[in-house]
Amino acid sequence: MISPATLTELRDAVLSAPRVIAVGAETKPRLSAAETVKISTRPLSGITEYEPSEFTFSALAGTPVREIIAALDEKGQYLPFDPMLVEAGSTIGGVVASGLSGPGRFRYGGVRDFILGVRFVDGLGRLLRLGGKVVKNAAGFDVPKFVVGSLGRFGVIGEVTFKVFPKPESTFTLQMPFSSEKMAQLANSRFEIDALDVLPGGETMLVRLAGPAKALEVLAKEIGGEVTDSTVWRVIRETPWSFKADITLDQINDFKTAHVSCGGNVAFSNAPPPRGMTLRGDSPLWIGGRPRFAIEAAVKQALDPQNRFPTLDD
Amino acid sequence: MSTALDRLAALLPPERLLVRPVELAAYESDGLTAFRTRPLAVVVPETTDEVIAIVRLCHELKLPFVARGSGTSLSGGSLPIAEGIVIALNRLNRILKLDPAQRIAVVEPGVVNTQVTLAAAPFGLHYAPDPSSQSICTIGGNVAFNSGGAHCLKYGMTANHILGIKAVLGTGEVVEWGGGSRERLGPDWCGLFTGNEGLFGIALEITLQLLPKAECFHTVLAGYCTLEQAGDAVSAVIASGLLPGAIEIMDALALEAATAAVHAEYPPGCEAVLIVELEGPHEVVAIERERLDAILSASSPVEMRPARDAEERLAIWKGRKSAFSAVGRLSPDFIVQDGVVPRRRLGEALRRIAEMSQETGLRVANVFHAGDGNLHPLILFDGREEGALHRAEDFAGRILRMCIEMGGSITGEHGIGVEKRDFLPDMFTADEIDCMQRLRAAFNPLGIANPGKMFPGSEAPSLSHVGLHPLEKAGVISRE
Repeated sequence: MISPATLTELRDAVLSAPRVIAVGAETKPRLSAAETVKISTRPLSGITEYEPSEFTFSALAGTPVREIIAALDEKGQYLPFDPMLVEAGSTIGGVVASGLSGPGRFRYGGVRDFILGVRFVDGLGRLLRLGGKVVKNAAGFDVPKFVVGSLGRFGVIGEVTFKVFPKPESTFTLQMPFSSEKMAQLANSRFEIDALDVLPGGETMLVRLAGPAKALEVLAKEIGGEVTDSTVWRVIRETPWSFKADITLDQINDFKTAHVSCGGNVAFSNAPPPRGMTLRGDSPLWIGGRPRFAIEAAVKQALDPQNRFPTLDD
Repeated sequence: MSTALDRLAALLPPERLLVRPVELAAYESDGLTAFRTRPLAVVVPETTDEVIAIVRLCHELKLPFVARGSGTSLSGGSLPIAEGIVIALNRLNRILKLDPAQRIAVVEPGVVNTQVTLAAAPFGLHYAPDPSSQSICTIGGNVAFNSGGAHCLKYGMTANHILGIKAVLGTGEVVEWGGGSRERLGPDWCGLFTGNEGLFGIALEITLQLLPKAECFHTVLAGYCTLEQAGDAVSAVIASGLLPGAIEIMDALALEAATAAVHAEYPPGCEAVLIVELEGPHEVVAIERERLDAILSASSPVEMRPARDAEERLAIWKGRKSAFSAVGRLSPDFIVQDGVVPRRRLGEALRRIAEMSQETGLRVANVFHAGDGNLHPLILFDGREEGALHRAEDFAGRILRMCIEMGGSITGEHGIGVEKRDFLPDMFTADEIDCMQRLRAAFNPLGIANPGKMFPGSEAPSLSHVGLHPLEKAGVISRE
């Protein structure tokens, strides 16, 4: 394990071995379980810029998300997509590389929708900054989005810039029996649902509202169901799920034993899904295959011509 | 080049292979009228299979191609190549699927932006990205340039609403990424493809996320004596913790233009107008509008005009969205800029633009997305005057450098295109540009997909602006 403490050292670390992969707190260990030298980003930690008036911050890859959430909270802001495994120590670099978003992804989008810029070391050992530091930017290719979910296979993340939002005044959680009709109806309603999940077993649906407390009480009455403690979202977020699958509402019945998040768009489970990705354990990284196109090898060649990082299949 | 035309003729009937100068004239330019090039031919495919066959032929013959939707690019993104073809995609205008339960639409690239929202409206849904040209611009063009609009602060740009893309790449390979799910596994290929400015290939089918239409809007127009006061009001709204759907500012000259063009009425004596829009369930909006009204009242407006109904709201937006074209009434020619500065430096940026305007003697109208620091200075000039275009371009360049110096960007939503390619090295290092070039080469190794865009040092566009539109010179059209 190499532990660089600066971006220059990170670059040196990439060049120091023929094959490397970056790891953060290893809260999704299967994603980086490749036969390589490991580079720990954990010493590369700290918020480098935070401008509450701009709705943006930048942080080094190894910064624990917990620290970021605390700093944002002080200014009444938050990352709306509910980063996962925060208490287990997940780092912001790991959040980006894994592309893992929590239940809050439902309303405003996931990691990919809030990342603005990235500094990373490519396979040629170059420290590059792509994207931008402002909330709106269309200059150059959107490499920051590509890095989301790329599992450290195309470069090592050194620093990221994110957009944030003002934190809603309060949240309100309801629980009710699940049906896919009811879920579709709520997802396309006037209520601006904040999160919409189904607990394992497929019986119970959770609905979160966020906004001014006085208004939420009225909305909750109209939606119906049983008021429940909002801490349930913390449990969902912190559960070390073994698998993740991207699904659509019409597939929901095939994922009855899973925790279904984001209005029927994601399934987290501890039993292997028909297809999906392994986050922890010994199963193959990709279950049930994944789409493959020639462009993947060409982009790999462009960013990492010497195969310094493992491939998506390693 | 007759081989190329012969080979194209084998793929398409004669009426969909345009080669006569009179047919090509309409395709010589796009929204950036300062540049004009006549292509070898324009092809008009009607199916995705035809597009694939055309791109594969281009690959085989090393024939450059430029994909084009409605030609509204403000950065010259669909400027033709003299020795290449234009692939006009307007006839690929089918909405292939609209699934209200999954809240998605699958569309062909030639579908017009507002058509998606119109089709989704019966289900209570809408497509959020709303560039000012939304009534004519196409989804294919929006994807290629990652178009923005007035509601980016809350809902993001085009890329944030793209769930799946089927595309033909510059290599001729057909790929399909993502699909109906809002989540995905592995690298975000759709994210990388969106905003590629046509350098990677052509999107053939695009899966869009639809959002429920907000139940209730509260749209306020507030007039101010100075631009600075309007800017301060924006800061106060942002600091309050509200998240408006849109925050827009228009300055005096832009107001004058909108008044002339669409008979918009603004409070008299105002140097700036601020538009703020809240949206959501009526119970939420009722609470938030009280807070917003209090903040705005405290910001010394000359007048505050909340929209009392849907019609008044539409009128406010009509004035705002017509501003670009309306400026055409004030001046024979203008350049629209698209720089971004950190929001807190908006006031300073506007002051410096005003100073530059004084120095150069060129008038500037400012219309901008204040919520996200995205400026749209419109530099007015008369192309018939010797050197005027050059002075206007110089001015625009100074604004872009100022944006970079302030830590912003040279483009918020229009893209680099032809217009700003020489500024790319001001924003990115040689290594960073090399990295992007390597990516471009992976998708488009022969450089046939939209050459001459985004990267500096590419071949120069053939014709430069000379004042009048060719049809004006011919006496076919005239201006009011």
